Amino acid sequence: MGGGRGTARQYDLTPHLASGQFPHRFGCVFKKVDQRIVTHAPTVLGQLHGLANPHRFMGFASAATPWCMALAGTLLIAGLYGALFAAPADYQQGDSARIMYVHVPAAWLAMAGYSGIVIASAIGLIFKHPLADTAAKSMALPGAVFTALALITGSLWGKPTWGTFWVWDARLTSVLVLLFLYVGYMAIWEAIEEPTRAARAAAILALVGAVNVPIIHYSVEWWSTLHQGTSVLRKDGPSMPWSMLWPLLSMAFAYQALFAGIVLVRMRSEILERRLRTRRLSLGEEAP
Amino acid sequence: MRAFWGLVWRDTVLAARIGGGFGLGFGFFALVIALVPLGVGPDPETLRQAAPGLLWLAAILSVLISLDRLFQADFEDGTLDILRLSPMPLELMVLAKVLAHWLTACLPLVLAGPLLCPILGLPVEAMVPTGLTLLAGTPALSLIGAIGAALSVGVRRGGLLIAAICLPLFAPTLIFGAGALKAAVDGTEMLTPLVLLAAQSLFALAIAPWAAAGALRVNMT
Repeated sequence: MGGGRGTARQYDLTPHLASGQFPHRFGCVFKKVDQRIVTHAPTVLGQLHGLANPHRFMGFASAATPWCMALAGTLLIAGLYGALFAAPADYQQGDSARIMYVHVPAAWLAMAGYSGIVIASAIGLIFKHPLADTAAKSMALPGAVFTALALITGSLWGKPTWGTFWVWDARLTSVLVLLFLYVGYMAIWEAIEEPTRAARAAAILALVGAVNVPIIHYSVEWWSTLHQGTSVLRKDGPSMPWSMLWPLLSMAFAYQALFAGIVLVRMRSEILERRLRTRRLSLGEEAP
Repeated sequence: MRAFWGLVWRDTVLAARIGGGFGLGFGFFALVIALVPLGVGPDPETLRQAAPGLLWLAAILSVLISLDRLFQADFEDGTLDILRLSPMPLELMVLAKVLAHWLTACLPLVLAGPLLCPILGLPVEAMVPTGLTLLAGTPALSLIGAIGAALSVGVRRGGLLIAAICLPLFAPTLIFGAGALKAAVDGTEMLTPLVLLAAQSLFALAIAPWAAAGALRVNMT
């Protein structure tokens, strides 16, 4: 099919990734590939500093993972103490409002995870950097899990507050569609076997989804106000007292540290898997 | 430009002569609609309440099942490679194929879909709004669907992948399509949702050819 491996677009960086001897600045790799990228790559990737090198990244990731997890654990314990004991119960909802401390950070992370995928996908598409593709892929499953967690905790909160587990409220519906977008994104990674190709296809889908997320959000808002406008979500974000705010922030940072730790672990295993794959392929080629 | 219209003509003729063409998509649409009363019950009031959403859901499903042949057949027999080598930009090629898909899969729904209104208990006056909303919204379905079809070209079980990719992205079109039709049935103002529906089609026209062409380049390695 087509011109095969040699053409600029299909240039596969996997062998470099596999050998671990990745050139620090990408100029030398891209020089053969695409003149246009050479002009940008050293400066921009230079700003992304040395971690763009997968070999250095592996070192950084294995060192940073325990710190992320420890930070997540500490903040989680502090936040849970604050949420369950220190913070006052809501004057209207009583103790059920404490679900907020596990629900709101998950919902934030659901959005942040998709934004992360979009940013990493854009970097991967523009600079054809395999590490960005790996980052995007690794964020998908944790992001989807946190989205599902936001939906589940939200419906558990909805039962005592609204009297029902689920309403087709604007925000609930758009988060549900976001979960489906995550699923579609992961499905494309599963369906296409070759990593480089899957990365490009998934990145295109992520960007198309990013364009559509605001449209979906506003269309759903419009749709839900047409049908029912009674169940309005509580809007007490900044007007929250400090005693309720600090456990929330602590939990939010704990979730984010946990997310970062999980993504780092997944990225490392993904890189190792790719190395293994390349070794297998090269062994297969050598065999008669 | 001659190549563009030539490709539109070729795809339309191919679709018309192979695989049922104009009739099949509409046949599926009519079947889905006809099965609804068997599941929901024959009560006219219930059916009328649900009719706008059902008509639009059936339209989305019948577009969805026709999408997997949009690029796949030409990919398998190598036509897509030849088209890619031609001087016509890939984006324009995508647009031509989308136009042919719309003519064969959506235009029959626009023209004949309103005929099914009485089955769902809608008044005869609802026929024109039904056709109008389908006319304004189905281009968005074809265009967004082309992205999904291009992303899953050459993928095993591509049909499932198309559904997983496209259905969430179809949500706004469904909302405004059914919303406009419901407004027309209820006798309220339908212009705003109809214009927003058309806006979605135009917006999809602005991004889909580029996204689909990019996806084709990726998948034709």
